[in-house]
Formats: sequence, structure tokens, C-alpha cells
Amino acid sequence: MTAPITRRDLIGTSAAAAALPMPSLADAPAPAAPAAPAVAALTINGQVHRVAIDQRTSLLDALREHIGLTGTKKGCDHGSCGACTVHVDNKRVLACLVLAHRVEGRAVTTIEGLAQGDTLHPMQAAFLAHDGYQCGYCTPGQIMSAVSLVEEGHTQSEAEIAEWMSGNLCRCGAYTNIRAAIQDAARAKRA
Amino acid sequence: MYIGQGIVRQDGRLKVTGGARYAAEFDVPGCLHAVLVQSTIPAGAITGYDTAQAERMPGVVAIITHQNAGALNQHKAAQQTVTHPFLQDGRIVYNGQHVAVAVADTFERAEAAASAVRVRYAPSEAVTVMDESALSRAYKPKQFQNGEKSPDVSRGDEDAAFAGAPVRVEATYETPVEHHNPMEPHATIAMWRGDTVAVWTSTQGISGVQETLASAFGLPKESVTVVCPYVGGGFGCKGNTWPPATIAALAARHVGRPVKLVVTRPQMFTSNGYRPKTIQKIRLGAGRDGRLLSIRHDGFSQMSDPMLGEFSEPVGVVTQMAYSCRNVAVTHRVVPVNQGLPTYMRAPGESSGMFALESAMDEMAHALRMDPLAFRLANYAERDEQKDKPFASKGLRECYSRAADRFGWRQRNPTPGSMRDGRILVGWGMATSTYPTNRRPCHARIVVRSDGTVLVQSGVQDLGTGTYTIMAQCAADRLGVDIARVSAQLGDSRFPQGPVSGGSATAASVLPAIEAAADALLARLAALAALDPHFAQVPPADIRLDGFDLTAPGRRVPVLQVMARAGLHTVDAEGSSAPGDAYKAHSCHSFGAQFAEIRIDPDFGTIRVSRIVSCFEVGRLLNARTGRSQLLGGIVFGIGMALQEETLVDRATGRIVNSNIADYHVPVNADVPDIEVMTVDAPDLATGALGAKGAGELPMVGVAPAIANAVFHATGRRVRKLPIRVEDVLA
Ligand code: FES
Ligand code: FES
Repeated sequence: MTAPITRRDLIGTSAAAAALPMPSLADAPAPAAPAAPAVAALTINGQVHRVAIDQRTSLLDALREHIGLTGTKKGCDHGSCGACTVHVDNKRVLACLVLAHRVEGRAVTTIEGLAQGDTLHPMQAAFLAHDGYQCGYCTPGQIMSAVSLVEEGHTQSEAEIAEWMSGNLCRCGAYTNIRAAIQDAARAKRA
Repeated sequence: MYIGQGIVRQDGRLKVTGGARYAAEFDVPGCLHAVLVQSTIPAGAITGYDTAQAERMPGVVAIITHQNAGALNQHKAAQQTVTHPFLQDGRIVYNGQHVAVAVADTFERAEAAASAVRVRYAPSEAVTVMDESALSRAYKPKQFQNGEKSPDVSRGDEDAAFAGAPVRVEATYETPVEHHNPMEPHATIAMWRGDTVAVWTSTQGISGVQETLASAFGLPKESVTVVCPYVGGGFGCKGNTWPPATIAALAARHVGRPVKLVVTRPQMFTSNGYRPKTIQKIRLGAGRDGRLLSIRHDGFSQMSDPMLGEFSEPVGVVTQMAYSCRNVAVTHRVVPVNQGLPTYMRAPGESSGMFALESAMDEMAHALRMDPLAFRLANYAERDEQKDKPFASKGLRECYSRAADRFGWRQRNPTPGSMRDGRILVGWGMATSTYPTNRRPCHARIVVRSDGTVLVQSGVQDLGTGTYTIMAQCAADRLGVDIARVSAQLGDSRFPQGPVSGGSATAASVLPAIEAAADALLARLAALAALDPHFAQVPPADIRLDGFDLTAPGRRVPVLQVMARAGLHTVDAEGSSAPGDAYKAHSCHSFGAQFAEIRIDPDFGTIRVSRIVSCFEVGRLLNARTGRSQLLGGIVFGIGMALQEETLVDRATGRIVNSNIADYHVPVNADVPDIEVMTVDAPDLATGALGAKGAGELPMVGVAPAIANAVFHATGRRVRKLPIRVEDVLA
């Protein structure tokens, strides 16, 4: 992303930050009200969605709350868990750190756009076969990262996969199965 | 038989395509967004709120505080230890307590409004951290293990036996505050229709949510509908019904619109419990022959102000049955501080308690110059000596030998610091794990539909453990039908009631209920067939289901044909089950042996786990694929406990300083080595007809002590406090 302002700059206005025990804060002015929502035309999985959204709306919330694509998950809303991983112009990106208005005109792919009709993407099929999940909440993000990993050429060894998948937390601890799934899918692609 | 096979998860396809809907993802028209405001002091009273500015912000519908929330009753339900719903009074007992909630038309606007709410406080003195100096505040828990057990238990005369023991070990161990941090934050959508409320919520126990909300709002249970088809991880923090769920319902009632409340990741650290910090004092006495003469285990665990409820980490419960020993004394005390209410976290008491006990066992083995495994075998418990009951099954000996062989334990040089790989120190450690087999009353229904599909329903939950799949496997087996016809439904309070998914009890509880429902359904189908002209004169008892046909000698009619002739679109039957006499007559536990290899860089002190080999005895493994995942996942959780996880508190403000998933470290992919799990397949028929014991918590129990013991083996340093860090092993 080349955005001069990312959502990281805006996260400071969250409720938690206001709770900092600093005496002066009680008198501090509330954050200035942002401009009214504006329509953004977002291309998601090849389809254009026009949504009236706040400037502050993250791509993640635009997907989940405004477009109804809830496959992309919110684990931290803060760029530290990887659950929200999507592709923007074929690169993996954390949707919680991207302002939705900034991706107008770019191609966003989410987990819902990976399968071809009833045919799963090979990475999805590999996760299914290797039981690369338990609760499934980190899974869309894991799969979107894993698809990129193959593109990026970071699947040469198990150790390399482990390293480059370490931005995607899985609290259920499915890591070894996730590595096996990625190795399989990568091998199939090379073959 | 489908049971036992590695059937692919029924819900797998939905999970890999983004189609599985978690609590916050249900599309409820007109839904508003709520964001919690939390206290910024650890103790005192609210003297007032300034909400005018927040109320004027665009899109804001309401700011709800204790002054306008309206009265709620205390939370009450079976196994509900969280009693206070919040927003009822101005008392502050911890930093991060919910003090208001902002409701607006979008999430961004609710978040902005929440940040504009100002709260005025009159602070009072606070004790924010449990350390040795706080132990003077300790008291005996009043509701130890839901009031089902006594906090103090003993046998023999521990004092005298310890005094006379030729070899003695005495030490204090500490485990930190840990947070569950499931990847899905807690979330609730609440919608009222008149005096009934529907909630979509992320929970390990829909029936608990139903009862708790009914109690809080003074409603009959039937007026509360709870839906939760998927849970994005729980690990204990979604076992109780916590205030955010109640507050979501309260907010929805207040504004007269549906409301969605998603707890933010930082708020997850003060909203749904945590594993309390423990300080554990252990002393062991042994003879020179390696026989344990005495065990004493005194556990102190952090508690909140009792106004919030009560929870005590039961660290010494396993100590009572883990080894053969005549003289044992165990006590539990809680220490109130200004923090939130703690709760169950994966293997509560077993994992924290076994870290202490299994470390002490390692220390004793070292003092005796005995091999740690040989020392454990010398004190193998053939029966539960505290309950004075036989174990329903115990395959621990086999677990020890298989895991030890696979690991290569015999090649271990016992001298600390003696094993190296180049300049890297290598450590080998082991520990025992055990976890009780819990089983609770449960109900289930099976429905045959005219399209040839079979539905199996129960109000249980699938936390990612594979419940959907094993329910279908079980029903297909019992009915003798192709599993392709069978699908499971759960997580809805309109289904027959199921228990909370906690204590690794779901499988052992729901499967017998499904078997009973299947038997009832077969009887119903047979009775129906007996009315069919094809079966004239055949008594129902002679009619069987074969494939999807009803048969009797010389006759065979498709089920659907019998149903059609009777004019029925569906046929259903219910069944239920509860722990039986065989269960009560035994001490029921699962067991395991866990071996860890770690590598420490002597210059940097970095500790890496390079190998874990475990063998478990979990009764019958119901699904080879999902069962294995559960065992692997538990081990990963244990690695986090051993080396990474710790919630840190600022002593002055009582505020959690690492309340986010970047600074609260959990294992990432690169932290997790090759893990090998094996199982001893031994159906435990005393605990249930299918012989399943729990597998969710057991696998983490021995991991932290095995790693701590490996650290000792690598360095000669005994680290008695988790997590073990670089600074603990650097000279
Ligand atoms: S939700 Fe975006 S990284 Fe966690
Ligand atoms: S599957 Fe549950 S967090 Fe990864």
C-alpha cells in the first residue's frame, strides 16, 4: 500500500487508548468528527460493490460489516494475528490495516473468491485433507497467506514455510498440519 | 464402523471457504454496534460520567452507564461462576472493568463514541498483583470446583512422614496469569421480540447462556434462544457467560433494536477471565529406594474481589491421585487482588499443578540419582488411593514405554549439561500427564427426513474439536446407515439440551445420548413398519434397519416408502444419557507420557523446542484425524505455557500492559517443532458405551514440566517459574 495515512494512525482513537490513566485526558477534546460517509467502489472477487462507508472504515470492516463477506476474520484488528489476510492485486495484505477507500480500483480477493464454483482451490483442498485447522477461525487467513507463500516462492522447505507463515497465528495449534498442507499444495503446483 | 476412522470434518468445507458463520457474522437487519468502555483505575467508585459529547456524535444512539442501564439480577446457572453482570453500580474492583457501553449505527461511530465517554472516579487503595506479600490475604475458597469438592484433602500423616524421610525436596513454584486468547474474540448479537430475546454468541455452553440471561433478565428459560454453530476457539474463556453477552442483550433492550457487541482484542484481557497466577509450595519425602513417603502441595491462586464470583485454580487435585503414596496433604487458597475474575483455562489446575508436581518429581529423581522415568515407575499408582477406587482404565505404563522408546530416552546422559550438539546445549525432559474423564447428562434427537437424509441434533458445541463429525459417525454407526446421509446440527438452544463444552467432556456426554436416540428411532421405525402391509404379522421387535431399508426375514422395504405410506415427512426420536454406576464406581482419567527435547544457545540463552514425543491413553480415539489434531494442538498450547505466555500488570495502576496478541506471546508456526503423538487404543467401557475419554486438555498437561525438566537437564538450572525465559538460563 502506498497510502500516506494507514489505519494504524487512526487506531489511537480507540476506546482502549482513551482509557489510558492520564489525568489530562479527561479534559482532552474528543476526536474531531470525520467527514460524512462517502461511497467507495470496491472490486472484491471480481465484482464491484458500491458502499457508503466512513473514511475510518478498514477494508476488513467494509468486507464484514458492509458487503456481507464474513469469510475474512477479525482476530485483533491491529495487524498482529493474520486472521484478516486478503489479497490486494495478488499480494497478501492485512485487511485490518488498510483503509477501505484506499483500495478503490484495486483487485481484492478474499477467501470467498478462491474456489472455482464447487471446485476448491488446491490450497483449500490441502487444508481439508490435512485437517489444517480446528476451530477454523484463523483458517481463511492461513489459506490466503499460504496461497501467497507459493507465489512468493517461500515453500522450499518446511522450515521456510514455518518462518513465512509465522504472521498467521493459530491458537488451536494446527501448525504442523498447516505446514503439511502447504507442502502438499506447493508440491502439486510444481509438479 | 465409522467411529475411529479419520473421517474428514463435516464442517471442513465451510471452514476452508469462509462459509462457516461465527457469532458476529450473522446478518441481523437493523443491527446497531456496541463498544464497551472500561475503567481506568483498579479500585474505587465512579462519581459521575460526562457523556454529552459522546451522545452528540454522529450516529450515536445511546450511551449506557450504570445510571441508566436498569436493574439486572445476578447471573445464575449451573457451573456459572461469574455472578456480576456489571453496569449495576459504581463500584470499581479492577482496571478494565466495564463501566459503560456506546451504541451507534456503525462500528466506527460506536468506537469513537466510546472513546469520548469520560468517567470520574474516587480511587481507593488497591492491591494489583499477587506475590508472596499478598499471601496474607489468602482464604479458603467457598465454592471449590463448583462446590463439588473440598479444597483441603489429605491421607496418612504427611508431617510425620516428611520429617522422617531420608531424602527431602522442598520448593516453591510459580505460574503466571495467562489469557486464553482464542482467535475469535468474544461476540454477541442480541435481538429482542417483546419479552423474548435471541442471541448469537460465541460460547462453549449455549445452555449456560440461556440460563444466565434468563436469570439476569428475570425471564423463563424458554424465552431465551441461543445460537452458536461455530466457536472460534474457547479454551475455557467462553465456558461461563461473561458480562459482555449480558450487556449486549441489555443494550438491545435499551435501544429497542438488535445490537452487536464484539469485544476488542485488548478488552479480551479484562472481559472473560484468565488463568490465575499461582504460587505453589511442594515438599516431597522419599526413601533411598526411590519410594515416595510423603507429598504436600499447598496452592495459592489469584482471585478477584468476591463480588464478581469465585474461581480457584485446583492445582492440587491431580496430586491426590498421580502417584502411589501413603501420606499426602493438599490445600487450596485464593488470594483476592484488584484484577478481574479468573476462570478455567485449558487443563485448569492439571497443567499448572503438574508443572509444580512434575518439576518436584524431577528434582527428587535427581536427588535420588534415579532416572526420572524409573522414579515415576517406582511410584506408579495402580488405583486411585485418595478416592480408594480402581481406575476405570490406565494405560500409562504403555504410554511411558512407547514414548520413551520412540524418543530414545535410554540414550540420555543423566548429567546436566552433558549433551551437546556442537556448541548448542541439548536437554531431554519428561513428565506425566493426566486429566479426569468428565461426563455430564446430555440429550439428543435424530430425525429421518423424506429426502433420505438423517439429522442428528444436540445442544452441544463444536470448539473445533470435531463434535459435528463424531456425532454423525456415531449416529451412522448405530443406525447402520451410510454416513453420507447423516449430518449433525448443534449449537442451538432449540435442540435437546446438552452440557457445556468444558472439562473435555463433550464426546463422552453426547455420544451415549445419540446412541439412545438412535435406538429410540429404530424402535419407532420398526413400529411404523409393523403397520405397513408388507410387514403384516411381523412383530416390531423382528424388524431391522439395514442400509436404508426396513427388513424382516423375507421382506425388505425402503424406509422412505414406509414413511410415505404413513404420510410422514419426518420421523424423529430423542434419547438421553447420564453418567452411570460403572462411571461412579471408578476413578476415571486419561493418561499420557510426554518427552521434550530442547536446544539452548549458551551465549544468547534462546530456548527452542526441537522435538516432542507423546503417547496418550484417551480411551477409544473417535476420529483419528480430528483426535490427532486435538492432541497436537494441546501440545502447542503447552509450549506457549512453558516458554512464552505471561500477562503482565503495571503494579501502580493494575493495568495489563501487554493486552494485545503481539505483546502477549503465543506460539507461532516457527515456534512449533515436529511433534509426534501416539495413542494407546484402549476403549474405556466404564466411562461410556463407546469408551471415549477426553482428549482436549490432557495433551498440554505434561508439556510445560517436560520442557522445564529438559531445561534443567541442558543447563543444571532449575527454573521454578513459568514462562522460562532467556534470562533464566543465562549465566
Ligand atoms: S485482524 Fe488483522 S491482523 Fe489481526
Ligand atoms: S484453527 Fe482455531 S485458531 Fe487456527
